[in-house]
Amino acid sequence: MSQPASRLDFEAVLVPLAAIVVSLALFGVFILCNGVSASSVYYEMYRGAFGTWFSTQNSLTRAAPLMLTALCTALPAHLGLVVIGGEGALVLGALASVVAAHLLASFGPWVVLIGMGLTGAAVGALWLGMVGALRTLRGVNETISSLLMNYIAIGVFKQIVEGPMRDPASLNKPSTLPIGDANMLGSLPGMDVHWGLVYGVVACLFSYVLMRRTVFGFSARMVGGNVRAAQLSGISVTKRVIATCMLAGAAGGLAGMTEVAAIHGTANASLICGYGYAGILVAFLARQNPLAVIPVALLLGGISASGGLLQRSLSLPDATVNVLQGILFVVILASETFYGRWKRAPAATVPAPAASVVAEVA
Amino acid sequence: MSPPLLRATGLGKTFGSFCALDDVSLELTPGSVHGLLGENGAGKSTLVKCIMGYHRPDAGHIQLGDQEITPKNPRDAQALGLGMVYQHFTLVANMTVAENLVLSRTQLPLFIDWKKEAEALAAFMATMPFKIDLQATVRMLAAGEKQKLEILKQLYLKSQIIILDEPTSVLTPAEADEVLGMLHGMTRKNELSILIITHKFREVLGFCDEVTVLRRGKQAGRGKVSQLTTNQMAEMMMGSATNLENKRVPASNVNEPRLQVHELTAADDMGVPALCGVSFEVCSGEIVGVAAVAGNGQEELVEVIAGQRIRSGGTLLVHGKDYAATRDQLHDRKVRCLPEEPLRNACVSNMSVAENMAFRSFDRPPFAIARWVLSHRQIRKSADEQQREYGIRAPSMGSPIGTLSGGNVQRAVLARELRGDVEVLIAANPCMGLDFAAVTEIHARIRKARDQGAAVLLVSADLDEVLALADRILVMSEGRVVYETRPETADVTLMGKYMAGHESQESQESPAAAE
Repeated sequence: MSQPASRLDFEAVLVPLAAIVVSLALFGVFILCNGVSASSVYYEMYRGAFGTWFSTQNSLTRAAPLMLTALCTALPAHLGLVVIGGEGALVLGALASVVAAHLLASFGPWVVLIGMGLTGAAVGALWLGMVGALRTLRGVNETISSLLMNYIAIGVFKQIVEGPMRDPASLNKPSTLPIGDANMLGSLPGMDVHWGLVYGVVACLFSYVLMRRTVFGFSARMVGGNVRAAQLSGISVTKRVIATCMLAGAAGGLAGMTEVAAIHGTANASLICGYGYAGILVAFLARQNPLAVIPVALLLGGISASGGLLQRSLSLPDATVNVLQGILFVVILASETFYGRWKRAPAATVPAPAASVVAEVA
Repeated sequence: MSPPLLRATGLGKTFGSFCALDDVSLELTPGSVHGLLGENGAGKSTLVKCIMGYHRPDAGHIQLGDQEITPKNPRDAQALGLGMVYQHFTLVANMTVAENLVLSRTQLPLFIDWKKEAEALAAFMATMPFKIDLQATVRMLAAGEKQKLEILKQLYLKSQIIILDEPTSVLTPAEADEVLGMLHGMTRKNELSILIITHKFREVLGFCDEVTVLRRGKQAGRGKVSQLTTNQMAEMMMGSATNLENKRVPASNVNEPRLQVHELTAADDMGVPALCGVSFEVCSGEIVGVAAVAGNGQEELVEVIAGQRIRSGGTLLVHGKDYAATRDQLHDRKVRCLPEEPLRNACVSNMSVAENMAFRSFDRPPFAIARWVLSHRQIRKSADEQQREYGIRAPSMGSPIGTLSGGNVQRAVLARELRGDVEVLIAANPCMGLDFAAVTEIHARIRKARDQGAAVLLVSADLDEVLALADRILVMSEGRVVYETRPETADVTLMGKYMAGHESQESQESPAAAE
């Protein structure tokens, strides 16, 4: 977790790659049980993810929120915490950004978008900041509290969207009033991919620099590595934990904002589509390294983008790719035990979440 | 039934390129107590682990009686009548003495007939020279009783040869004498042979019949204790005649109080009061030693001063001002700490040596640029400079500190904590687990800090260390300071009684209370 940036470990690349290969093989067995040839599934998945310009753009669009929600887990992991509250931060960030959009509607698109981003990030930060505060001030297990707070967030979200903020025109799918086409987040030049991708990449780069190159990151790594040593050096564990959880929540809230401003244009149940949970998978696959989150999010975005094609061309259920994601998650966690077998330096590992959490995600 | 002769001949063991044992022989005469002496890393543990089947020796033979044995694991060794008592207790704290004894058997039936076991245990206990209540929960036992239970366990398993790894490190001198005396007595009846790993000459002289000395994996000497002097044995251990006399250098320049503790209270991890109103002060230019047996509040005292534990009451003043161990206070008042087990208490094992050495100052120039950006280059440069001065042996200052040996970790921590001016220094068992060379160096550096005007609080479980370094000595027992003395006039026996909690300052006249 805290190897110097200069040392690119070959095993840090090899082990996740091997885990992906093993997962694909296991997935192949599952496919064969469904009476479909595994090789055709692999081919269709490649085509559906990166085979064409269209599918590549689709994958990039899906990767954008994953990068941000992955940070919800990857940032607290530097302090030795396993936070899985990305889903809650995302939905509440999305809801808050819609509120901001309506309040600022008269100031023009730029103000609206900036206001949406700041509000979404702030609400996400408060949400996961609570997880950090519960952990450090009251000793509540952060994994359980962040998981349960996801349910609370989703409940609050539905209550508000289907109640006070419901657009009367949205009949069979309760939604808020749209933020308006003029206020939508645009696409990157020459592509059909929205600016959220840039937010994601920048947030990952920022997180990387923060953790490796700043005084804050240094003290956070001290807390994550050994609380007693941090205390001996007079570092406030409470402040570091809450601040890092708030940054994580801000990333999640921003993911919600981009989904609203670039995709849906409104807040409705379509936002609750598991980006928060998939982000946990991304973070673990990236071994909690914010830089590695970027390619891993692209990979996972590709896998989820290929689901539709599997359904259409091989008439496999849409959820087939979820099976692959589940297998990936379990294999990745299991592969943690393989680090440090080829060289003597002890590999830093992040503790695996409880089995119940894995089941929830898979 | 007398125990068989245990003989190891020409044992060798290498780990990678490191030669841990080289042509070492040992002979444990039936019915004797044999001391295995050596510095840390001399190969004592490796030798014993070869005998107990943890390691397979690369060379040599082990004989038990007339038979050559090759135990593949500790269970094999156990079946042959070899038992080991470890430095740390291997008891289940929440279970009773009886349960712990039954549990220790390698083969247990699917259902345990507790009634039958209880009868068997009572009969067994009746034959033993000392008694422990079979129904007592292990948690409630004092350290000495736990150690006795560990030994009982071996006897219960019918071990005829018992190996003890530094058995007295957790005991008071009185408890140590009692346990060792008891074992010594059993060997006199020719029921048992004992191999005892130790580095305390007092124990060797008092209880051992023969001794084998190891140095750097090689046999440095052996003989009958009655025919050796302490200095001869020390010479075997350390390679050259080392003067064991205390080189006490008294404080010359004691000034104003720097660290003042008044009526300090704090709870332990379980919420039980561990400090019950501790008051003392440490002046600039003196070393105050705190002697106590583990678990009497001294760990919590250090943690409170170091900022690792919150105090529940009382005042803590440094330079006459309230002190809460925040980062700014640590820096401004120049409070430093040398904790025990530095890897657990003062280092982040997966961060590099250089990063670990920057813990005190990473947020200040030149390490921090504009208070925010970290300069890895400066951190590395500063560490490289200090590496030479403190003789830190590491593959590189960029290697994770967890890969260094204990002595080098402690040197890196010394380099960090003693850098620049030190006004208050808290040292807690700073030499635990280190070899003589490192101990000498650390003692010299602590004295130097004192002579430069630091107020030093030295907490140590090692009475010799306290006596050698301190200018004043406090004895702690059950969360209180119960006795104060000066090293020149200290009565070690009396101190031991206070440490064991058998004596209070009012009842000094009744030494019988120690029993």
